[in-house]
Amino acid sequence: MKVRLHHPSRSVHVDGPIRARVLCEQLGYNRESVLVVRGDDPVLGDAVLEDGDSVEIIPAISGGAV
Amino acid sequence: MSCRCGKAAVMEVRRLRAEFCRDCFLGHCTSQVRRMIAKYGMIRPGERVLVAVSGGKDSLGVWDMLLDLGYSADGVYLGLGIGRYSDRSAGFARDYAQSRGVVLREVQLREEVGFTIPKAAPKRSSPCAACGLSKRHLLNQAASVSGYDVLVTGHNLDDEASVLLGNVMAWDLQYLARQRPVLPAAPGLARKVKPLVALSEREMAAYCVLKKIRYIVDECPMAAGNKHLALKELLNAVEDRTPGSKTSFYHGYLDRLHPLLGHVVDEQHQQLHECRRCGAPTSTPTCAFCRLQSEVLQSEVLQLAAPRRAEPADRPTRPAGMEAGDPLDA
Repeated sequence: MKVRLHHPSRSVHVDGPIRARVLCEQLGYNRESVLVVRGDDPVLGDAVLEDGDSVEIIPAISGGAV
Repeated sequence: MSCRCGKAAVMEVRRLRAEFCRDCFLGHCTSQVRRMIAKYGMIRPGERVLVAVSGGKDSLGVWDMLLDLGYSADGVYLGLGIGRYSDRSAGFARDYAQSRGVVLREVQLREEVGFTIPKAAPKRSSPCAACGLSKRHLLNQAASVSGYDVLVTGHNLDDEASVLLGNVMAWDLQYLARQRPVLPAAPGLARKVKPLVALSEREMAAYCVLKKIRYIVDECPMAAGNKHLALKELLNAVEDRTPGSKTSFYHGYLDRLHPLLGHVVDEQHQQLHECRRCGAPTSTPTCAFCRLQSEVLQSEVLQLAAPRRAEPADRPTRPAGMEAGDPLDA
């Protein structure tokens, strides 16, 4: 499946099926710091992502001046 | 996994050991905001509310929740002059305001104070230091001048916990005493409130995705290497192993330690007087923002007076992440 990433914006190919939690681990993301979205909705860590799914990993952490 | 209502869950909040369907998750977010407003007396009935809007998930999310809760809230956007990033941020803020039919005030730094953040950045220890100082001053001014009672910011649990960690590591009692979800009104200062302090950044990202609120996902190109981003990653490493750590760290501080710092707050208030240039409250003869403004404008005058040189090395440095076509001070 194609997984869209940010910072910088890019896409990577990952073979499915794969759980969202494992996808984060494989790509080096702390799952507390990102949101995995399939189509229009977030998914749980145990959700199984299949080839053909449209997946995006949205960074949750942001901010400079606070 | 199912939500407690029986529908399919789309979002988990591990610190609560809960999974939510769309509607229950949105209800959870709104109820956390309502709870913080009530607990800390953030907004009183009939007050005029101004939301500081950056075009990011937190500020657009809190604006959305306040409107859904029935508050009459306008927005204010500061144009920081950070090239295409500022242009895109403004676009998201304007689009949201238009979609809800609400007022968005805009303040462009270049027009209002004569400089932009890329110009001010070299004058302070980091770009974020110059930006934060300018935002605090100009947002307060926007609220005070236009007669708003309350200024709302989108600071969330991660923002507050990371700042708290930084202040604890430095044992800075003055900053610790000031770190509250409500900063009371004072002459020249609107009440400043942070209704998102019980919600994490991840929850705010999910809120915007589920409500289809379009926001700027890109990080500010000038924030690369920012200390608080590193502290947030550290805290999330702990949160991943022990869900609930950020909440107990920050809210435990507010409930148990902050009350012991009341004398520091009192001392700070006693030291405040009007800035001799702009009239804003300050503990020094001229406020920090006016000093920054003087330094930046003085440099501009000196640069204009200096003979121009054509060497590429003399061109201003473009912050990491800014694109080739981005003007440094557009």
